Amino acid sequence: MSAGPAAAQGTPALGGCDPHAVGERGGHFSIARVLAVLVKEFQQVLRDRLTFAMAIGVPVMQLVLFGYAINNDPKGLPTALVAYDNGPLARSLVAAIQNTGYFHITAQPASEAQAERLLALGEVQFVIAIPPDFSRRVVRGEKPAVLVAVDATDPSSASNAIAALGQFGNQALAHDLTGPLASLQPREAPFELRIHRRYNPEGLTRYNIVPGLIGTILTMTMVMLTSLAMTRERERGTLENLLATPVRPFEVMVGKIAPYVLIGYVQLAVILLAAVGLFEVPMVGSLALLMGVIGLFMLANLGVGFTFSTLARNQLQAMQMTFFFFLPSMLLSGFMFPYRGMPLWAQWLGEVLPLTHFLRAVRAIMLKGAGLGEIMTNLWPMALFLLVVGALALKRYRQTLD
Amino acid sequence: MNAPPAQALAINVQGLSKHYGGRAVVDDVTVQLAPGRICGFLGPNGSGKTTTIRLLCGLLTADAGSGTCLGLDFVTQARQIKRQVGYMTQRFGLYEDLSIRQNLDFIGRLFGLPERRQSVDETLERLGLSTRQQQLAGTLSGGWKQRLALAACLLHTPRLLLLDEPTAGVDPKARREFWDEIHRLAAQGMTVLVSTHYMDEAERCHELMYIANGRVLTRGSPTQIREQAGGASLEEIFIRLIAQADAEKTRETLS
Repeated sequence: MSAGPAAAQGTPALGGCDPHAVGERGGHFSIARVLAVLVKEFQQVLRDRLTFAMAIGVPVMQLVLFGYAINNDPKGLPTALVAYDNGPLARSLVAAIQNTGYFHITAQPASEAQAERLLALGEVQFVIAIPPDFSRRVVRGEKPAVLVAVDATDPSSASNAIAALGQFGNQALAHDLTGPLASLQPREAPFELRIHRRYNPEGLTRYNIVPGLIGTILTMTMVMLTSLAMTRERERGTLENLLATPVRPFEVMVGKIAPYVLIGYVQLAVILLAAVGLFEVPMVGSLALLMGVIGLFMLANLGVGFTFSTLARNQLQAMQMTFFFFLPSMLLSGFMFPYRGMPLWAQWLGEVLPLTHFLRAVRAIMLKGAGLGEIMTNLWPMALFLLVVGALALKRYRQTLD
Repeated sequence: MNAPPAQALAINVQGLSKHYGGRAVVDDVTVQLAPGRICGFLGPNGSGKTTTIRLLCGLLTADAGSGTCLGLDFVTQARQIKRQVGYMTQRFGLYEDLSIRQNLDFIGRLFGLPERRQSVDETLERLGLSTRQQQLAGTLSGGWKQRLALAACLLHTPRLLLLDEPTAGVDPKARREFWDEIHRLAAQGMTVLVSTHYMDEAERCHELMYIANGRVLTRGSPTQIREQAGGASLEEIFIRLIAQADAEKTRETLS
């Protein structure tokens, strides 16, 4: 805006603003002034590169995640097959089940007990058990029962697969029952599919949502609160004083994180009371174990927050980083959308996030009554995450102002 | 300056340098100061005063330089030096949402003072802050904030004070009281390095150092410096020296 006073006097300014009226209260609307603000705003946005990156990065991230990673109709779900009968009809049934696309047989345990254990560990989502004399009883028209056990802790991820099972029964063996057996061509299925929803027999989605909420609420608050911890010191000018004292980085980190662990447990008490009291989510497993898992999870998130706070130059940036961490946590952990519906790259990303492991562990404890041994596979990735993030934070935290 | 024996010097650091992006902010600066002396640090904005002070108290790592601070090696014993130095930042650096007493308690805990309550009480008393100890630091006026900041530096009974423009934005009466306090401390053996833009404050220093573009231009007592310059005022000398330094720098850049 180089229009000097002389230019302004000669011709009316851009917005038709009389220069003499500038001082008047509520003078005319001036496009020139709007432009001045607009240009300044652009200059500031371009200077703050992180805000600019957020403006571009968040939509791209959302597009990719929603467009590619999220799939509400997950196929190829891991299934354990217990085939006591290996006859042709049984094999056809298995083939037909796999042809629905929803089931991918990843294990063939020898007994149902072993299969149940895989289900409890969360390694498979379905167990299909074909009884010993399946083929013979089909031929006799006895309608043998095929047992399908479903891990229904997250009912929405299994619902389409169950629906597919219900429809395919009548056609499953159509090709095999020909010739002399044609008379057996069914009006209805020649066998019975008995579906057992384990851990959540009524298929209540809130059983999945409540543990998920514990995780997301803790992720958001823990990361946000600590991410402001160091940036606040830097922004308010108190960091220099702090560095001039003999305090060590690790002491600052522990001292800053500990209060939030306490806050986190208070939050947790409220959520758990609501979960059990209002939403009647069962609590099958050990409360002490649950508290331990939550403690580890909180520390992992607090570590992330502290790392952000050593990276961010101001509190706004810290908030933006929090959002950048929170969004994928929410979308890729299996809380909002079925984990097994995501492509592999997204699953790997999900495996890194503490929330993914936390959800599995909490569902296992609350709904399946899992013990320490069963959730170990979810605990060590969280511990490793905490270790890496903590080391990064300490590396980034400087004892000098260099 | 005829150098006193090196052992006795509170600060004896030579060849101090710090570069940022290839630009020397502090360039071969030597600081020598005997115990109980007050050294005024004069120079234009951006001349390297703050950087020099931060280097001395270990908040920045020097690119070059060696020597001792309070008899401790300036490079390898930075942590021990920190414990005996009181550093007052240019910008108010205490917690505005804590009370005066809470701020001092915090600093006292970080330094691990054995008799914290007593030290805090004494420091509050000494700087006339006792009656306001419950007041939030953020609600204090400039003069009181400066007192609180000084109290925070004195709490752990340091032997060396590094004050970075402590009186900027403080009224003349409060400034005079502040300097009376500095002189009382020096009389008790405290060594003080203080940067300032006020010439009346420079007059009250035992020694002065003029710095521009990261280099020491001249040093000596106020009287010595005035005599060398043929009786000009400290302010005039300041402006003259800076003009010379800038001209020299321009010549250097051109050649």
